[in-house]
Parts: sequence; structure tokens; C-alpha cells
Amino acid sequence: MSDAHDATNVTNPEHSEHHILTPLNYAVVFGTLLIFTGITVGAAYIDLGVLNPIIALGIASFKAVVVILFFMHVKYQSRLIKMTVGAGFFTFLVLITMTLSDYMSRAWGLW
Amino acid sequence: MDNVITHPHTHETAVAAEHHHQALPQHRHHFETEEQQREAASFGMWLFLLTEIMFFGGMFFAYLLYRNWYYDAFVAASNQLSIPLGAFNTVVLIGSGFFMALGVWAAEVKKKGLLVLFLVITTILGAIFLGVKADEYHEKWEKHHIPGAHFDVSEFVNPHAFGLKETPLAPDMAQRTQVFFFLYFAMTGMHALHMIIGIGILFWLTWRAHFGEFTSGYVAPIENFGLYWHFVDIVWLFLFPLLYLINRHPV
Repeated sequence: MSDAHDATNVTNPEHSEHHILTPLNYAVVFGTLLIFTGITVGAAYIDLGVLNPIIALGIASFKAVVVILFFMHVKYQSRLIKMTVGAGFFTFLVLITMTLSDYMSRAWGLW
Repeated sequence: MDNVITHPHTHETAVAAEHHHQALPQHRHHFETEEQQREAASFGMWLFLLTEIMFFGGMFFAYLLYRNWYYDAFVAASNQLSIPLGAFNTVVLIGSGFFMALGVWAAEVKKKGLLVLFLVITTILGAIFLGVKADEYHEKWEKHHIPGAHFDVSEFVNPHAFGLKETPLAPDMAQRTQVFFFLYFAMTGMHALHMIIGIGILFWLTWRAHFGEFTSGYVAPIENFGLYWHFVDIVWLFLFPLLYLINRHPV
């Protein structure tokens, strides 16, 4: 240990308490994921036109968020981790949107 | 380093904390607290996973683009995949994620026997997933639906002769089903490779867990492997609807 300590590292509330989820919490998450898997499979057999991909991807996104928040503990992590995860997905969305806008503006009428 | 301040009281606390940490050999001296060390490990793991998001994201973008260009070919080719097998594998993978999460819990509450058990169940479910995947790949091989010189478009040009109710595709569009199958094999193959690597790491972690390494307060390796395993689950949560579900029409 050096003489100079960064006091903020010891007392900073950024370093959140370690939160332990119980098996019951995980079971509820597991049940939720199973139910939505059933819904997405069922919805695939119904012809809803343009809504089919929207529903399928909406359910997949919901399931992913549930996994990230609870199985991956992001809900109980420090703001540093939350910002890191959020920034990653945001950057990915920016890349998709910018590339897609380029493709779409090159091929009018084909989308 | 102007953010570093000297604070006698805090220093006392830190020295006391250091004595406390002597009982926990995993605590490295360059971290102020064990909590900070643990957060640094999570932070690093998440940065790695973000590179993985970009990597898989490139393939998802290719899928998005080609699906719009060769929509009819994607519909016909997608309907060749088995929803029951895909749904079964989704449940298996969610189950393995559930047991991995329980494994992290077992490490946190220092239950060695349960940790080993949950890691073994996670491994078995991962292996079942790969087995089903291998069966699906084998079916594609038999039907000549693997892109390349032996690719057979006859099922797409003349589906009624094969008992399918699909709309027949023109020969040039039928050739584009290869693009779908190429993406199918690239995406599920890369996903399966991640699972094979994950199962390899699981063997190693189970071995170390057997000797009580992660049930003495040192849970970071289990926790961070859990992040990896859940990430691989999430990739499948998107692959399943995109490849198996969204082009399904009641025919």
C-alpha cells in the first residue's frame, strides 16, 4: 500500500454492495423466459403479416434484457458497469443505423 | 494524479482492510478493496463481451441486408428448418443459463457440492444443445443444403414434387437460398464454437471447483464465466427467431 490513497476508491458509493440473488429469483426469471419462448413459437404459426418479425424480435429483445438484468446481474452492478453495457449496445445501434441508412438511400424502392 | 488525496483516517481504514485481506489470497495489492478488484474483473469481462456484440452484430447485419435483397429465397430456405428442434434447443439453452446462474449463487454462498453439481448440469445441457445442432447439420448435409458445389436447388424450384406447399422460386432466386444457408451455418456455427469453448472452460472450472477454489470467497472466475455463458445464450435468443421463426407462414 502506498501512502497516498484515493479516498474515493474506499468510500465511493460507486462500488456497490455485492448483491446475491436467490435461487427463487432465478427460478422466476427462468419461468419468464420459458413462457416467452412459448409465446414466440406460438406467434410464429399465426400469420400476422408485418407484425410477425416485429413480435418475434420484440420478444427476443425482452428475453435478452431479462437475461442481462438478472442472470448477468447488471441491475445490481455499479453505474460503471451499467454505463459500459449501455454504451456497447448504443454504439452497436449507431453502427447498424448508419450503415442501414447508407444502403437504403442507395437502393430506393428495394426496401 | 490530482485526484489522489491523502486522508489519514481513510489510510487507517485501508491498513485495517489490508490485514483483513491477508486471509483472502485472491486480493491483489494493486486494488484498494476487494470490491474494486471484483468490479474491475466484471468491467474487463464486459468489454470483451462488447467486442463479441460487434462481432456477432456484423453477421446479424449481413442477415438483415440479404434478407431484404433475397426475401423470397429466405422465406423458402427458412421453412426448411425445424421449429420443434429449434424451440427444444432454446429451452435447453435457457435451462443451462438457469443452472449457470444457480452455479454463481452456489459459489457466492460457498456451497461447493452444489457448485460442482450446477456446473456439471450446465455442461450436460450445453452438450445436448450441440448434439441437436449436429443432428440438424447432418440433415442439411443429406438434403444437399450446404452451400457450395453440391448445393441442390430442386426443392426450391419445384417444392410441390417434394410435398412442400412453398411458392416455387425462379432458378436464380432459388440459388440465393445458398445465401440463407451460408448465414445459417456461419451464425449457428460461430455460436456453436463459442459453446464448445465454453464447455471446455466448464470442465476446467468444475475441476477447480471440486477442490474448493471458488467457494472460499473467490467467485470472480465463476461469475465472469457466467457472463460469457449468458452472452452466448443471448446470441441464440436472437438466432432462433431470425433463422427459424420470422419467415414461417401457415401454408
